Amino acid sequence: MKPQKNPATWPHDIYEVFKEVGIRQVAYVPDAGHTQLINSCHADREMKVISLTSEEEGVAMLAGTWLGGQRGVMLLQSSGVGNCINLLSIMNECRFPLLMIVTMRGEWGEFNPWQLAMGQGTPPALQHAGVVVQRVDHAEEVREHVFAAAQLTFNTSRPVALLISQRIIGFKDWSK
Amino acid sequence: MVKKIKATLDRRVVINKILEKRGEALVVTGLGSSCYDVGAAGDHAKNFYLWGGMGAAAMVGLGLALAQPKRQVIVITGDGEMLMGLGALATIGTQGPRNLAIVVIDNELYSETGMQPTHTSRGVDLAGMAKAAQFPRTGTIFTEAQLKTWVPKLYSPAGSTFVAVKVNNTRYPMAIRLRDGAHIKNRFREALLGNAAFD
Repeated sequence: MKPQKNPATWPHDIYEVFKEVGIRQVAYVPDAGHTQLINSCHADREMKVISLTSEEEGVAMLAGTWLGGQRGVMLLQSSGVGNCINLLSIMNECRFPLLMIVTMRGEWGEFNPWQLAMGQGTPPALQHAGVVVQRVDHAEEVREHVFAAAQLTFNTSRPVALLISQRIIGFKDWSK
Repeated sequence: MVKKIKATLDRRVVINKILEKRGEALVVTGLGSSCYDVGAAGDHAKNFYLWGGMGAAAMVGLGLALAQPKRQVIVITGDGEMLMGLGALATIGTQGPRNLAIVVIDNELYSETGMQPTHTSRGVDLAGMAKAAQFPRTGTIFTEAQLKTWVPKLYSPAGSTFVAVKVNNTRYPMAIRLRDGAHIKNRFREALLGNAAFD
């Protein structure tokens, strides 16, 4: 990663929004961009934090979370979006809320060509699966975007994905 | 590898015997025959029927069990459905909710698509996989006597439970007509949460 202004404050902004909107279950497949946020959630005794083997598990799990009267969120990277597609059909047919915070790869300054297919395919794939796609490109706007996405999904019972630009996360330095 | 014994149990008899003891338990079904069988046992507002989303049932059960730790959650699904979401066993095994039981009605066939064999017909041991994923209580049921001893365990919150029930290949008609997902979800939440379902 290129050095960021240390420490990055946007992951903590997301955590604070999670607290504000009452997130109780946090499902994730690890991503470097979400490291700090995952650690904050693990340290919070009011949150159940669930490490998944595949992102589709998170879609199904968060249906159960909502059935049981709690709010949850899934943290994933764009590479895992394709794994969710079939089970997103549940969210649409049943009108479940689903909050996905997606850290992007395969766009701003990407070095790994294998990341491009799913990274570039993420917005249309989600839209075709019936997910409302929103995007944030600047660190200082992350907080309001996460809050707005949470309001949208939980108040309208529609799946919402917030894409966090690779520009915010920084990119791996591929120079020798 | 599960020993080869001819399965004689009838799927609807099995599900009736399990659900007649349900009390306040919450029930999640997998798609296909297990959905129809649970409906045939008597529709209930605290049933969440999956008519699609193959591979989702166990994880829906996990989210529900974590959100409602004081209620018993029973997932009733098929062998093909469980095989499509095997990662869930590892995820549930590491979370270890005490109030979650997964019942796989295992006819070793994909009944909906033309009775093709599943891997359980080839010796794949689902209960063995659950055990290896750290479920504290696992078993494979072949007889009514075994079923009778297992039913109370499904409703006692003493640890994540996984049972495969070997059943014969009888197919039944779709007894349940209710299939609108939003209705099934809203009805479930209202029955469980009351007015808080609309917050």
